[in-house]
Amino acid sequence: MTHALELKNLRKSFGKTEIIRGINMTVSAGERVGIIGPNGAGKSTLFNLISGRFEPSSGQVLLNGQLISGKKPFEINRMGLSRSFQVTNIFPKLSVFENLRCGVLWSLGYRYTFLRFLANLKDANERTDELMAMVRLDKKRDILAMNLTYAEQRALEIGITIAGGANVILLDEPTAGMSKSETSRFIKLIKDVTVGKTLLTVEHDMGVVFGLADRIAVVVYGELLAYDEPEAVRANARVQEAYLGSSVADSQMAGQL
Amino acid sequence: MNSYYEFKPINVGRWLIWSLFALVLGVVPWLFSSSFSITILAQMGIAIIACLSYNMLLGQGGMLSFGHAVYTGLGSYLAIHALNSISDGSLPIPVSAVPLAGGLAGMGFALLFGYVTTKKAGTTFAMITLGLGELVFAMSLMIPEFFGGEGGVSGNRVAGSAFMGITYGPPIQVYYLTAVYTFFAVAAMFAFTRTPLGRMLNAVRDNPERVEFVGYNTQRIRYTAFVIAGFFAGVSGGLGALNFEIVTAEVVGAARSGAYLLFTFLGGATFFFGPIIGAVLMVLAFVLFSEFTKAWLLYLGLIFLFMVMYAPGGIASLIMMNLRLAMFGFLRRLWVSYLALAATAAVTLLGTATMIEMVYHMQLNSTLGSELLFMGTLLDSKGLNSWFGSVFLMLTGLGLFELCRRQFAKEWEQIQEDIEKEIKRRAAL
Repeated sequence: MTHALELKNLRKSFGKTEIIRGINMTVSAGERVGIIGPNGAGKSTLFNLISGRFEPSSGQVLLNGQLISGKKPFEINRMGLSRSFQVTNIFPKLSVFENLRCGVLWSLGYRYTFLRFLANLKDANERTDELMAMVRLDKKRDILAMNLTYAEQRALEIGITIAGGANVILLDEPTAGMSKSETSRFIKLIKDVTVGKTLLTVEHDMGVVFGLADRIAVVVYGELLAYDEPEAVRANARVQEAYLGSSVADSQMAGQL
Repeated sequence: MNSYYEFKPINVGRWLIWSLFALVLGVVPWLFSSSFSITILAQMGIAIIACLSYNMLLGQGGMLSFGHAVYTGLGSYLAIHALNSISDGSLPIPVSAVPLAGGLAGMGFALLFGYVTTKKAGTTFAMITLGLGELVFAMSLMIPEFFGGEGGVSGNRVAGSAFMGITYGPPIQVYYLTAVYTFFAVAAMFAFTRTPLGRMLNAVRDNPERVEFVGYNTQRIRYTAFVIAGFFAGVSGGLGALNFEIVTAEVVGAARSGAYLLFTFLGGATFFFGPIIGAVLMVLAFVLFSEFTKAWLLYLGLIFLFMVMYAPGGIASLIMMNLRLAMFGFLRRLWVSYLALAATAAVTLLGTATMIEMVYHMQLNSTLGSELLFMGTLLDSKGLNSWFGSVFLMLTGLGLFELCRRQFAKEWEQIQEDIEKEIKRRAAL
């Protein structure tokens, strides 16, 4: 059977430093996977490799059985994989509505057309309105994205990510920098908008990961240390050791394990 | 669910604006009816198309091009050759279609050159356009068969068969042809900003990386927009060829490209109508202001400097900011300040201009003696009195201006706060 996402002996080096050192991993369709690991473990690099931002030094990435490593980000996106970014990555000078519509256009087949008015694209505009309600920004429709609060910008980022209807969603620290109460509300939002989709998320907040994920992948120094259900990972001696061994890397983890 | 999307409820307003625009284009030659002013008006139309097409790159796509004259200029050349072919009977198209020939040429060259330039964005893009501009200008002197060498290529627009008595002999007929092209080009370029490609072009300007992750190829977006801009640039060039009936190498030169950049920026790249203001000013500066003083480029540089420093959004943004004030009814609180600013600025400018004119007089007209007449005053460029007077004027003006500016800045801030409050109050209602 084909997996939604499959990594085969994935490696990435920058100069002489190998950041990702041979990761093998499969994600089934509809599964929610949380990726954890200390700072600098290579989690974001892994996302960049999967989404096409970087090209792997060796190894393969397969999306629904098709090879995507080596393809451009926009090609991968068209094949049904979409991602968000750790640092908010939106269109600051466009309104909330325009931001989301930019995410919608390609998937509805409007491509590079300049012979139709946006205002007349009923399906795109309705889909954008739906999305806006889904990420709870419908009251901010015409506000420029740069004038939103931080939490709203993060929500907008999620909205843009899911706008194209991709089946595989990668979220890079979606709750980074949020307060506790914002975080819990945000997790509910993420759950709501990714129903039925395959979800990979990098997350620092352990409470979030264990609440959200079906399976957890622990990445340490570019290797997959453990990849299992939350309970099993929690009990894994090597994971505990790796976490306790690294200094800053999340005393929170030690506390919550 | 939603019954409105963009401008549905104010379609009336849109009809009004476009009708008004058409009306203005139609009526101005009656108000300024000398053949000289009609030529100037036609040049304004041509410049409007050129600057708007340039702003498709600069304002909408974030592409800082230093070589836009390549596309207007090559459009001019192709158009004048087309015109000559019509004259000798080898090209069976009406003279009114010559600008379109220019447009196709501009588009063709944009297809060719744009493929290279739009591969990159940002500084690299700017550098490549600069290089390409120089390349084409050098070519214009290397291939005299096409570019006509130093004398350029001339033509005669009274060619082919006259349609309904329109020969394009009298300038007024060329003006109306230009006006029709201007109207449709402006409308088409405005329409472009409301299309998927137009919007994605804004997205590429704001955040090209994100665009790649919503399924779009940023290079393809830039390239397509570049080609469209090339078309309109070519139309503008073609109209220029019809107006002047001669095309020389300077139309593809760096100075021309620089003028498009400068005046588009001056007019305001962030609003669609900004470049229209810029284009009108460009023609006024080149045709009228350059007659008025030899130092016009120096003044232009000074104005540009001040705009970049104090109003980077150009004249259009100044208008829009004041319009916002007016909408909230706060504009009247500022008129004293504006008056004070204008008066002190005028004094400063007078002092500065006097000195600039005296220096220019010493450098260029010293054989005529040291005295010159400026603004009805006899100045002696070697006399202490004149220099003392002008320095005094400038410094006094500058000091008072700075005082007024500080006062104005305070008032402006206060008004912005009041507007915020007003918005909140209205939202709470």
